[in-house]
Amino acid sequence: MIRRLSLRLSLMALLALLGALMVSGNPASAESRVPFPRIPKALGATVHDGVAIRSEHMKRLFHQRDETMRQGIRPKDERLQGCLSCHAVKGEDGHAVNYEDPKHFCRVCHDYAAVKIDCFECHASTPDVEISAGGTQ
Amino acid sequence: MKPITYTRLQMPSATYFSRLAVALGVVAVGLGSAWYMEHNGHWVTGMDNQTVWGMPHVFAVFLIVAASGALNIASIGTVFGRTTYKPLGRMSGLLAIALLIGGLSVLMLDLGRPDRLIVAMTHYNFSSIFAWNIFLYTGFMAVSGLYLWTMMDRPMNRFNKAAGLLAFVWRLGLTTGTGLIFGFLIAREAFDAAVLAPLFIAMSFAFGLAIFVLVLAVLYDGAGRPMAGYLVRRMGRLLAIFVAAVQYFVLVQHLTSLYAAEHAGVERFILIEGGAITALFWIGQVIVGGLIPLIMLLGNKDNLTLPRVGTAAVLVIVGGLAQVYVIIIGGQAYPLELFPGMTETSTFFDGVMHTYSPSIAEIGLGLGGCAIAATITMIAMRMLDFLPADLSDKTVNPHHKS
Amino acid sequence: MTECPTSSSRRQFLNAASVLGAGMVIAPGVTLHGISEAKAGLPRVSSKVRWGLLVDANKCTAECTACVSACKIEHGLEGHGRVKTDAQWIRKVELRDRGSGRTQSLPVMCQHCDEPPCVDVCPTGASFKRADGIVLVDKHTCIGCRYCMMACPYKARSFVHEVTTGQKSHSPRGKGTVESCTFCVHRVDVGRQPACVEACHKDGKGAMTFGDLKDPNSDISKKLVAHGGVRIRGDLGLDPGVRYQGV
Repeated sequence: MIRRLSLRLSLMALLALLGALMVSGNPASAESRVPFPRIPKALGATVHDGVAIRSEHMKRLFHQRDETMRQGIRPKDERLQGCLSCHAVKGEDGHAVNYEDPKHFCRVCHDYAAVKIDCFECHASTPDVEISAGGTQ
Repeated sequence: MKPITYTRLQMPSATYFSRLAVALGVVAVGLGSAWYMEHNGHWVTGMDNQTVWGMPHVFAVFLIVAASGALNIASIGTVFGRTTYKPLGRMSGLLAIALLIGGLSVLMLDLGRPDRLIVAMTHYNFSSIFAWNIFLYTGFMAVSGLYLWTMMDRPMNRFNKAAGLLAFVWRLGLTTGTGLIFGFLIAREAFDAAVLAPLFIAMSFAFGLAIFVLVLAVLYDGAGRPMAGYLVRRMGRLLAIFVAAVQYFVLVQHLTSLYAAEHAGVERFILIEGGAITALFWIGQVIVGGLIPLIMLLGNKDNLTLPRVGTAAVLVIVGGLAQVYVIIIGGQAYPLELFPGMTETSTFFDGVMHTYSPSIAEIGLGLGGCAIAATITMIAMRMLDFLPADLSDKTVNPHHKS
Repeated sequence: MTECPTSSSRRQFLNAASVLGAGMVIAPGVTLHGISEAKAGLPRVSSKVRWGLLVDANKCTAECTACVSACKIEHGLEGHGRVKTDAQWIRKVELRDRGSGRTQSLPVMCQHCDEPPCVDVCPTGASFKRADGIVLVDKHTCIGCRYCMMACPYKARSFVHEVTTGQKSHSPRGKGTVESCTFCVHRVDVGRQPACVEACHKDGKGAMTFGDLKDPNSDISKKLVAHGGVRIRGDLGLDPGVRYQGV
């Protein structure tokens, strides 16, 4: 009977621990931890499904870059510059911030998820042509 | 001959750990150098757009070539049936793996994008000897591991000959692949030669045996476990044969190159006018690494004592490093002739000899690779039974009458 | 025997879960397939075209470096004041014939060979030749081993030796990868001329002609038929796309 009691107690302790871990992962309850990022609003009109793009964007980027690189396919609406102009985040000087700035669109989520971005080692991280909110130049 | 017993590395813990600490310290220097080079970019090194491969590659190629040669001792025992070398098979396999890992570490840490190792492991262009080498090198570690298994695990002993043959053939392929890294370069006058493949094989025999002799000298003679004179004499003579083979291929390479008018420029550079390269060739490679060891090792057999053979081994290693330096750096120092018959000048160093001086970071990285090999060897020898307990006549001398 | 009341709902749950799971696994692939289907009609490079460059060295002068400056500006090749390590995609080479003493000046860049040694030796396949003959470095896959730089007979490639910032959007380049003249592929793909050729005609001596070597009616083909054009180190059998007159 003692053995069964201690087994039950340890099972309950384990469940309590798991529950605590799950609850502590809830962003709403974490105050001293890193806040869940506030994703900056895009400047242009909606182009793609917000939820799907979050999980798909790397696959799309990898797929597109190979097509552009190896076969010279350059679709006008799949350019990195296109992403960068809509998703530009303005700094204090009114111009889009580059990747060095933690306010950069990609960094907002990637810093939180602690996934290092390699793209901007080589690619420019600001748009050549800046657009203002509402999608006008 | 009585059966061989193997032991672990037996030295007082204090000595062992202090030596291991030194090795780990040098490994830390190597890693720090690699971080410094990667973080700032290669402009902090002596390598540039003219000399793209430098000191790290000299160390890496030397270690990789020596690794394949270190396995040779086991092959002589297993494949060629020489009972004298049979006790040394386990150490040979271990050293081969350790030296290869050391060399590969230097190579990988010097990459412009070492973080892309996974890309290198998943994207292959099979017309590149580099891509083949990735398989040859990792395969070598697997094959050597298998070979060690057949030597060290009694139920596996019956596969020893097969594993030994596989390892022998594999490492000939590996060394050929290493030599052909340079042999396949049609652009460079100092390379572009089929003879580089057998030259590298001869170099591997010489460097591998030289390192092996020194390891034995430290672990046995240095620890009061004398080695049979028979073994020392045989290794000394074998080293002489290997050194002679290296000098032969070098001679053939330069003679054929000298015969071609188009190569007169590069030969003049290496043999006469190359400054440091010429000095390293004649003094380092030919005299220190070739002639002096040959003189020392080809005299009266009774004079082949361990101090003599050991010194010759040190000279072979020094000469070997000089040789790899001349091959890699010297081969890049001579400019590419875009327009034969014309002198060329430009802002991109066309038409001029390319100078190179290694930075501390590059030397640090190279030494770090050597230290990685040493660390692996020390730890493995301490944990598993690699060392024959006795290398006296009763173990290694088939003619010994007890 | 009474049937367990929850067994059918459990079965339903498992069915639904496996369908959902399979759907979640397949859906991303279906979406991507949909995306690539949509792009099926876009132009891609083909081997019907082979881009080439003709340099009339008779027109080049030693003082003119219009092509070099234009390339630097176009691709954002900022110099760091370190000649040994700064990237040079195109350079002027001054030649002097050893016998006659005749001097010549001409630009040398990646020769965009038909049998590029740099493509052969690249372990990851990052160095590749496009169907239209332009030889490029796919910097996503380049590991910075510099073997291509050892292999190139023309010393065309440069290694990026330092951290790079402020890149041009049309010319990504970064630390630790290898790069070389791209024939301004970002311009060529939209029907424009490489920056060096444009500058040569605008500010230079009009020595460079760029065009399709496979089109007999292109400027470059006509000039090659009329006056010929040699390949640098033609003996190597690499068939470069860059030809020279007047050497």
